[in-house]
Amino acid sequence: MKEVKLMKGNEAIAEAAIRAGADGYFGYPITPQSEVLEYLMSQKPHERTGMVVLQAESEVAAINMVYGGAATGKKVMTSSSSPGISLKMEGISYMAGAQLPCLIVNVVRGGPGLGTIQPSQSDYFQATKGGGHGDYRLFVLAPASVQEMADFVKQGFDLAFKYRNPVMILSDGIIGQMMEKVELEEQQPRLTQAEVVKKCPWATTGKTPDRERNIITSLDLEASKQELHNKVLQEKYEKMEEDVRFETFNCDDAEYIFIAYGSVARICQKAIDIARSKGIKVGLLRPITLFPFPSKKVAELATKVKGMMSVEMSAGQMVEDVKLAVNGKIPVEFYGRMGGMIPSPEEIVRALKNQLIGG
Amino acid sequence: MTEEIIIAGFGGQGVLSMGKILAYSGMMQDQEVSWMPAYGPEMRGGTANVTVILSDERISSPVLSKYDTAIILNQQSMDKFECAVKEGGLLLYDPNGITKPPTRMDIQIFKVSATEEATKMGNTKIFNMIVLGAYLKVKPLVKLENVIKGLQKSLPARHHNLIPENEKAISRGLEIVEKVN
Repeated sequence: MKEVKLMKGNEAIAEAAIRAGADGYFGYPITPQSEVLEYLMSQKPHERTGMVVLQAESEVAAINMVYGGAATGKKVMTSSSSPGISLKMEGISYMAGAQLPCLIVNVVRGGPGLGTIQPSQSDYFQATKGGGHGDYRLFVLAPASVQEMADFVKQGFDLAFKYRNPVMILSDGIIGQMMEKVELEEQQPRLTQAEVVKKCPWATTGKTPDRERNIITSLDLEASKQELHNKVLQEKYEKMEEDVRFETFNCDDAEYIFIAYGSVARICQKAIDIARSKGIKVGLLRPITLFPFPSKKVAELATKVKGMMSVEMSAGQMVEDVKLAVNGKIPVEFYGRMGGMIPSPEEIVRALKNQLIGG
Repeated sequence: MTEEIIIAGFGGQGVLSMGKILAYSGMMQDQEVSWMPAYGPEMRGGTANVTVILSDERISSPVLSKYDTAIILNQQSMDKFECAVKEGGLLLYDPNGITKPPTRMDIQIFKVSATEEATKMGNTKIFNMIVLGAYLKVKPLVKLENVIKGLQKSLPARHHNLIPENEKAISRGLEIVEKVN
């Protein structure tokens, strides 16, 4: 039987990383995700699995340590919160360019700038549209429970290696700080060096006489070759579509649909209970992958309902992807709170009535 | 059954740990549980609060604005959360430091002089367990044996010698809780 524990989302990330057989974690503390590093340090994973956990001197150093580890084919990760993720963006763009697998966790807090330490979803654009420079994408997973915080670590690593691309877990202060029951996977052993060499023929594992040297770089000064490289990347981002994930609630008879991810999707479920008790038939589409975005599902639902409302802890970011998918077929409204404020289920129902249903 | 609780007071009163013990107790009897602290500047001095949900079903929102029960341990929290109790819900408070007692007529109000009692018992740290006992008297949603198991889970092993004293405090809370309205 799997082990059930009561854990904070941040602790679940950390424990799941050890159990997924991660080789290294490099981080720097920042509220509201410091428990990831604290928990890892307290567990002494070096004694459990040989995993390296290091507090770097800065976020910039941490992401470059991740770059180095990933270049050798190791399963490496970092975590931070919004201002820290901004600092890591240069390294993330380089890793996307160099096609390196890694896991990055962003436990989002309100911005811009140092903003606040309270939960937010205002880093959606940064996570899904770039953030760093250049035409690149991250594979972005949005957990809505402590269980998913744990599950997405292993799944995130698998996707990172499948696509040779950085994967981001886009969480927020609510999911990071709350405690829930979590079922943990059994400990998975770390790969041996021979297994890494076999799994990652592209990695800098030491040149052998039977192959050319492997070069990890994001630089190619010849524009025509750089364009070809970009085409390879774009094909990869398109292929990610096959791993699109979402969840629906109460959509079968729905006349209206909330679209929300992460903690706000949970708040919307409560809003649905309240709305349905008043006879309003509303459902929820919860994107689990934010890139690739479940555009096809949104478009399909747009043929069945009267209107949609994107609910976010931001000024309206995901709503742009919803509108692109709906393509003007039905009204798309937005309701959001900013700067660390959390919408209540009741105010979401009020917004649905005022903005979408009318009256 | 779903019970949505807010516990609010000063930082250092054991608000968060009381919530944690309640969550562990629920987990011991196979309930779904969630524990969501206000982790903001509040916890760095000033007020602290935590939302605990116990349910037989999957829990939707971990963040709420209306509660079945409010356990209130200072005046600031009374000002903020008296109005957040659902109609017919429960407000339990410690009168110590309360200058404006609750006035709502559409909810059940109970009080427990936990600060005073903890001082009498010679250990102010068990204050939160007296309050927990009082709550369990009014709403016996988790079994006492599961609370003890919850204590074992949430306290580090080196503090397990304190469990009997915590148990005594819970029992005292069960005895001294008073109905106000």
